[in-house]
Amino acid sequence: MPEIRVTPLGAGQDVGRSCILVSIAGKNVMLDCGMHMGFSDDRRFPDFSYITRNGRLTDFLDCVIISHFHLDHCGALPYFSEMVGYDGPIYMTHPTQAICPILLEDYRKIAVDKKGEANFFTSQMIKDCMKKVVAVHLHQTVQVDDELEIKAYYAGHVLGAAMFQIKVGSESVVYTGDYNMTPDRHLGAAWIDKCRPNLLITESTYATTIRDSKRCRERDFLKKVHEAVERGGKVLIPVFALGRAQELCILLETFWERMNLKAPIYFSTGLTEKANHYYKLFITWTNQKIRKTFVQRNMFEFKHIKAFDRAFADNPGPMVVFATPGMLHAGQSLQIFRKWAGNEKNMVIMPGYCVQGTVGHKILSGQRKLEMEGRQVLEVKMQVEYMSFSAHADAKGIMQLVGQAEPESVLLVHGEAKKMEFLKQKIEQELRVSCYMPANGETVTLPTSPSIPVGVSLGLLKREMAQGLLPDAKKPRLLHGTLIMKDSNFRLVSSEQALKELGLAEHQLRFTCRVHLHDPRKEQETALRVYSHLKSVLKDHCVQHLPDGSVTVESILIQAAAHSEDPGTKVLLVSWTYQDEELGSYLTSLLKKGLPQASS
Amino acid sequence: MAAHLKKRVYEEFTKVVQQQQEEIATKKLRLTKPSKSAALHIDLCKATSPADALQYLLQFARKPVEAESVEGVVRILLEHYYKENDPSVRLKIASLLGLLSKTAGFSPDCIMDDAINILQNEKSHQVLAQLLDTLLAIGTKLPENQAIQMRLVDVACKHLTDTSHGVRNKCLQLLGNLGSLEKSVTKDGEGLAVRDVQKIIGDYFSDQDPRVRTAAIKAMLQLHERGLKLHQTIYNQACKLLSDDYEQVRSAAVQLIWVVSQLYPESIVPIPSSNEEIRLVDDAFGKICHMVSDGSWVVRVQAAKLLGSMEQVSSHFLEQTLDKKLMSDLRRKRTAHERAKELYSSGEFSSGRKWGDDAPKEEIDTGAVNLIESGACGAFVHGLEDEMYEVRIAAVEALCMLAQSSPSFAEKCLDFLVDMFNDEIEEVRLQSIHTMRKISNNITLREDQLDTVLAVLEDSSRDIREALHELLCCTNVSTKEGIHLALVELLKNLTKYPTDRDSIWKCLKFLGSRHPTLVLPLVPELLSTHPFFDTAEPDMDDPAYIAVLVLIFNAAKTCPTMPALFSDHTFRHYAYLRDSLSHLVPALRLPGRKLVSSAVSPSIMPHEDPSHQFLQQSLERVYSLQHLDPQGTQELLELTIRDLQRLGELQSELAGVADFSATYLRCQLLLIKALQEKLWNVAAPLYLKQSDLASAAAKQIMEETYKMEFMYSGVENKQVVIIHHMRLQAKALQLIVTARTTRGVDPLFGMCEKFLQEVDFFQRCFIADLPHLQDSFVDKLLDLMPRLMTSKPVEVVKILQTMLRQSTFLHLPLPEQIHKASATIIEPAGESDNPLRFTSGLVVALDVDATLEHVQDPQNTVKVQVLYPDGQAQMIHPKPADFRNPGPGRHRLITQVYLSHTAWTEPCQVEVRLLLAYNSSSRIPKSPWIEGGEVSPQVETSIEGTIPFSKSVKVYIMPKPARR
Repeated sequence: MPEIRVTPLGAGQDVGRSCILVSIAGKNVMLDCGMHMGFSDDRRFPDFSYITRNGRLTDFLDCVIISHFHLDHCGALPYFSEMVGYDGPIYMTHPTQAICPILLEDYRKIAVDKKGEANFFTSQMIKDCMKKVVAVHLHQTVQVDDELEIKAYYAGHVLGAAMFQIKVGSESVVYTGDYNMTPDRHLGAAWIDKCRPNLLITESTYATTIRDSKRCRERDFLKKVHEAVERGGKVLIPVFALGRAQELCILLETFWERMNLKAPIYFSTGLTEKANHYYKLFITWTNQKIRKTFVQRNMFEFKHIKAFDRAFADNPGPMVVFATPGMLHAGQSLQIFRKWAGNEKNMVIMPGYCVQGTVGHKILSGQRKLEMEGRQVLEVKMQVEYMSFSAHADAKGIMQLVGQAEPESVLLVHGEAKKMEFLKQKIEQELRVSCYMPANGETVTLPTSPSIPVGVSLGLLKREMAQGLLPDAKKPRLLHGTLIMKDSNFRLVSSEQALKELGLAEHQLRFTCRVHLHDPRKEQETALRVYSHLKSVLKDHCVQHLPDGSVTVESILIQAAAHSEDPGTKVLLVSWTYQDEELGSYLTSLLKKGLPQASS
Repeated sequence: MAAHLKKRVYEEFTKVVQQQQEEIATKKLRLTKPSKSAALHIDLCKATSPADALQYLLQFARKPVEAESVEGVVRILLEHYYKENDPSVRLKIASLLGLLSKTAGFSPDCIMDDAINILQNEKSHQVLAQLLDTLLAIGTKLPENQAIQMRLVDVACKHLTDTSHGVRNKCLQLLGNLGSLEKSVTKDGEGLAVRDVQKIIGDYFSDQDPRVRTAAIKAMLQLHERGLKLHQTIYNQACKLLSDDYEQVRSAAVQLIWVVSQLYPESIVPIPSSNEEIRLVDDAFGKICHMVSDGSWVVRVQAAKLLGSMEQVSSHFLEQTLDKKLMSDLRRKRTAHERAKELYSSGEFSSGRKWGDDAPKEEIDTGAVNLIESGACGAFVHGLEDEMYEVRIAAVEALCMLAQSSPSFAEKCLDFLVDMFNDEIEEVRLQSIHTMRKISNNITLREDQLDTVLAVLEDSSRDIREALHELLCCTNVSTKEGIHLALVELLKNLTKYPTDRDSIWKCLKFLGSRHPTLVLPLVPELLSTHPFFDTAEPDMDDPAYIAVLVLIFNAAKTCPTMPALFSDHTFRHYAYLRDSLSHLVPALRLPGRKLVSSAVSPSIMPHEDPSHQFLQQSLERVYSLQHLDPQGTQELLELTIRDLQRLGELQSELAGVADFSATYLRCQLLLIKALQEKLWNVAAPLYLKQSDLASAAAKQIMEETYKMEFMYSGVENKQVVIIHHMRLQAKALQLIVTARTTRGVDPLFGMCEKFLQEVDFFQRCFIADLPHLQDSFVDKLLDLMPRLMTSKPVEVVKILQTMLRQSTFLHLPLPEQIHKASATIIEPAGESDNPLRFTSGLVVALDVDATLEHVQDPQNTVKVQVLYPDGQAQMIHPKPADFRNPGPGRHRLITQVYLSHTAWTEPCQVEVRLLLAYNSSSRIPKSPWIEGGEVSPQVETSIEGTIPFSKSVKVYIMPKPARR
C-alpha cells in the first residue's frame, strides 16, 4: 500500500525549530531546517540523528526545501549541511537565498562573539552551505530528479516566503511554511491554486484567533507611537531584522511624512541596510502598490529613518527605535530595553509573537520584575504594548487556504497543541477533511491511492465515442478493450490491435442455447411469432426475419426447430458470439419466459 | 466589365469635382455599387491559391457594401464557398457572410437557408463555429420572425453535441440570443418541437470544458436580459458552479446567482445540513459574500460589485458583512471600532489608553464558532482590505450603494469608510471620500471619526482635499469641539495649501449654516474678543480670518443671538465681505441696521409659483398673438424677451427656462424683422446693401439655434424639432437673401439642392413629430416638395419666400428641467501684472481651472481656446482625465494649456476661454474643423461647431527671444 509519511523533527505542536520530514512515493524531503529561539543548548537544533542512525544524510534525503528566511525556518541549515553533512540540493526562492546568509551570519555573531559558544558553525560554513542552494522562481516547476518535482507559490509573510508543492507522480504534498492571507503595506496575500494535494501541511500559529481589520491595527499602532512621541517618550519596537520591520518602517515613514513629525526614527544598523537593499531589489515580490509606484519612488528608500548608533539610546528627547531581535531575548533590543525600562514615559511595542522563555513573552504576560543574567532584577515601568503585526494567517485565513487548495487531508504544525486541537476539530467538521497534528518525532502515515495512468489508443476511444452519445461526466461508461501491460506502462487498445501486436490469431467464441417453447404450430409460424414478439420488445435493435426462416437480432441467430419427440414443443436455437454476451443472455431469458399468447 | 465600370466611375468623378463636394460623395457611392460584387467575383476567380483568395477577401472586407448589392455579393461568396477546400478561406467567407448580413437595410432571411445548408456539410470545427456566429448575426437581425428563430434554435441544438468547445460555445450563444421567450410557442409551419431552452442550456453547466460552461452561463444571462424569466431551479445549479476550478466560470456564476436572487428574492430555500430555511436573496447574498474571499481577484471584484445592488437583503445579514466575529485564544474579542465607540460614549475619550482594554472577554464555546460557513460574515471587512485595489474600490462602491438604501447600515459602515481614508492607493481614498459624501445625510460623525477624516486634509493630492471639503460641506457634526477641530484643521490646510482658498471658504459656509447652534458658543473664541479689553483688529485680507468670518456669518443667519457677540469691526468686515464675497456671505438681520436690499430676496423665495406663472403667462401671450400687425408683434416680442431675461436674472431656478424661451423668441423676432425688410419689395439688383441686415439675421438665428440645441441640458425631442425647424427657416432666409444679392444661377443651383437635401433630412429625422407641425413652414414645404424638386432655383426661391412670410409661429413646449450650460474660469484669474515669461518657440504651461455647470459629456465637448494678440487662435482638447465630477450636473476642469509663440517686443495679453463644441455632423453634414491659424478668429468659430460659453480671461504673457 503506497503511503505518505510525515515526521516533524521540530514545530510539531510547537513554534520554532521548523523541520519536517516527508516521505512520499519513496522520496524523502526535508521541509525547513530551523532553530529554536527558546533554547541555547542542543535542543535549539532539530535532532538530525533521527533521520539516519548511521549512513550519510545525502543518501537518504532527496532534497531540502527552505520556505523563508526566518531563523526558526533556516537557522540550523549550516549546521545541518556542513557539520552533520549533507551535500544534496537545497531549494529556496531568490530573496530567501539573498537574505538568508545575512541573518545566519548575524545569528552566528551573537552566538559565538557575544555568548562565546564553541563548536558553532563558522562564516565559511555559511558560505559553503549557500553554495548548495538552488534558487527557484514563483510557479516554476523544478525537477529534482526524474520523478520528484517541486513548485513554489507566493506566501506573503516576509519577502520571498513561499509555499511549496512537492509532487511525485500523482501524489503531492503542499507545505505552506509561514503565510499570510491578508495583504499588508509591503506584501501581498498568499495564493494557491486548486492543486488538490494529498496532504496540506500548514502552520497554525493563530489557530484560535480571528483578527480585526488590519486598518484598525495600523491606526492603533500609529496612534500609540504618536502619543508616546508627543509626550516626549522613547519608543522601542523590537523586530526581527526583516519582515515586519519593513512593513512598520513603511507605515511610520508615510505617517511621519503626512503628519510632518520631527522625532527621529532609528533602525539598528548592520544587517538592516543590506537587507533593505534586497527589499529594494525584489520589487516583484511585494504588493500591488509598491510594484506600481516604484518607478516614481521606491518605497524602501526611507527619508525619515536613519541608522542607529548605540550612543543614541541615551540622547534626550523622543525617538523611535527599531531593534533586533524581535523577542527581546538577546542583542541590541534587549540592551535598549534595559536602558529604557525604568521610565514610565517610554514604551515598548511588541509587534509579533514571542516564544515562551523569552523576555518578550514574560513582559507580555504581565511580569513587571525580570530576573536578568547575574541575578539582577529589572523593574519594568515603561508601557508595554502588544500589536499583533506578525504576518501569519488567522483561523479564518487558514481555513480559506485549505478551502482554496482542497487537500485530501491537513496536517498542522507550527503552533501550540491546545490551539491546534480547536482548529483540527473545525477543519474536520466544516471542511470534512481529515486532520493530523503530530508532536515532534511522531510519525503520521497516510495511505494513498495513487491513480495509475493508462494510455488509450485514439482509435478505440473514437469508436466508443461514436457508439454512444457524449460522455457524461456523472456516469461511468463501459468500454471494451484490452489492457496491455508492458515495460511498466499500461495501454488500453482495441482487441484487434492487441491481437495484432501480440501476434495471436483471433478465436471466435460462440454460445448456443436451446429454449423449449410450447407451441403446437409449425416451425415457420413459431419463428414468425418469435420475430413479431422480439420486434415489439426490442425496439431499438435491428430484428430481422430471414428468408430461410431464422430470426436475427443484430448478430444473434435464432432458429426454430420441431422437437424430435414432442411435436407440441418447439426448440429455439439461440446462438451468439462472446461479444454479444449481454444481449444474448437477455434474449434467452426473454424467450424462456415464453411467447405471449396470441389473441387468436 | 469591371474595368469598364471603374473607368466610368472616374469619369464621373472628374466631371463632378468642379461643382460641389457633397454631391461627389453621394454620386460616387451609387456608381460603385454594381462593380462591387462583380469585382469580387473576378478576384476570386483569379485567385490561384487559398492564400490569394484570402488576401482578396481581406481586401474586400475593408470596404463597406451597400444594402442593395449585399445579396449579389453573398451569392458570389456562397458559390465560392462550395468550391473552396481550404478551411481558412471558408472561415473568412463565413465571417464575411455574418458581416454582410449585419448591413443596415438588408434583410438576411434569403441567405439563411444557404447558411444552414453549408453548415450541415461542414467538417471543420472552426468554420462551423464561424457559421453559427453568422447565423447568430442573421437571427438577431430578424427578431420578429418566429419560424426562423425556431429553426436556428433547432440547428443550434443539433450542434450542441459537437466535440469542439468553440462550436458548443457558439451554439449556446445562439440559444441565449434567440431561444424563444415563451415556452409554449404555437406549433406552426414545420411543427418544430417546442424546446425548453433553459433546460438545454442548463445541461451544459456541467460540460467538461470550462469555456463551454462559461458560455452556458452567459447564454442564461442573455436569456434573462432578453426578458425571459429564469426558473428558480437554476439557482441550485449555479450555486454548484461557484466552486468551479475556473475563474471565468465562477465569475459568471456569481452573476447568475445575483440575477436569480433578484428574480425570486422572497422564495425560501433550505440551509443544507440543517432544518432551517431562509429567503433566497439572503442565501444568495451569503454565497456572493463568500466569493469576496475567492482565490481570483476577477471573481472578487465581480462579487464585491454585485453585493452593492442587493438591496432586498435582510438587515441582519447585511450587518454581518461588517462583523468578523473576532476572537483571540478562543475568547470573544471586541473590534477596535467597538472599543472606540465605547470609549466615546463613556465620555473618556482621549484620556489615554488603559492597559489591556483590548483583552479578550468571554470564553467562546468552541462548537459554536463557525470559521467558514458563516455566510456573509465579514465580507466587507475582507473586501476592504483586499490586496488588489480594484477589489477595494468595488467594495467601497458596494458599501455606498447599500448604505444609501439602509440608514442603519450607513451608521455601521462609517467606521470602515473612515478607515479607508488611509488607504495606500489614492483612488481608493478618493472613492471612499465620495462615498461618504453620498451617504452623509444618513450619518453623524463622531469626534474620533472626524479626527481621522480631518487628518486627510493634509494629503498632498488636491483631488483628495477638495473631495474632503465637499464631504465636510454636507457632514453632520455632533459637538462644538468637532466644529472647532474642523475649523482648525481647515485653517491648517489653508496655510499649507493656499490654492485651496475658495474650496475651504465654501466648505466653511456650509459648515456654518448647518451647525448654527454649535458655532454659537465658539464665537468669542473664534473672533478672539475679550470681555474687558479691545483686541487688535484682524487683517481683513487674511484668508484665514475671512474663513472664520464666513463660518460665523453663515451660522449667524439662522441664529439671531449671534450678532450680539460681534465687535464693531466685525460689522464693518461684514459689510465689506457681503459686497465682495456675496456668494459666501448671506444677508443678516443686524441690530440697528436697516435690512440690506437683499432682504427682499428671502421674501420672494417661498413664492415660487407666481414667477413661474408669470413666465407661463408671458409666453402664452406671445403665442396667442400670432396674427397681430407686424409692428405690434415686434414690440410684444421685444417686451417679453426683456421680461424673460430679467426674470432669469432674478430667479436662478427659472433661469434656464427663461433664457431658453427668450432665445427662441429672439430668433422669431429676428426672423420677423428680416422679413419686414424693404428688400423684398424692391427689385433685386438695387438692394445689395440692405441685405446685410437680413443675412446677418439669418446667421444669428443659426447661431442661436445651435446654442438652444447644445447649450441646454434637458432639451427633449419636442424642442429639438422646433429648433431645427427654426434653423431651417433661417436657412431658407439665407437662400433667399443670397438669391437676391448674387447674380447668376450657378451658385444658386448648389445651394438649392443643398437646402432641399436638408429638408429631406429634416423629414427623415423627425417623421414622427411632423403631425405636431401643422401649418408650419416645413409642413407647407413638404406639401410642395415634389414641385420644388423639379423646378428651377429661381422658382424655388420664390416659393420659399412666400411660404416663409406665410408661415406661422410655432409654439415651443417647455421642457421639465432645463439648464443652461455655463462655465467659470477660476484660474488663471487674469489680474496679474507680471507677464508670464518664456522663451519663444518653446512652450509654457498655463494652469487652467474651471467649473462647468450642466454640461453633458464634457470630456468630448469642452475645449479650451487661446486667442493670441496677432489673431491666431488655438483650440486645445483637454484630456478626459482632466475632468472631475464633484457633483450632479457639475464638472471641474483642471488642465494645463500649452502656449507657444514667436517673440514679441512687449508683453501682451492672450485670451483664454472655454468653448462648447457640438457635433451635429452626425445629422447635418458639416465641413471639418478649421485649424487654428488659417482663419481669423471671429464669430465664425461658433458657426464652425463651437459655442463660447465662458467669459474670456486675459493672461499676460511675454515670449522672449531665445538667447544664443
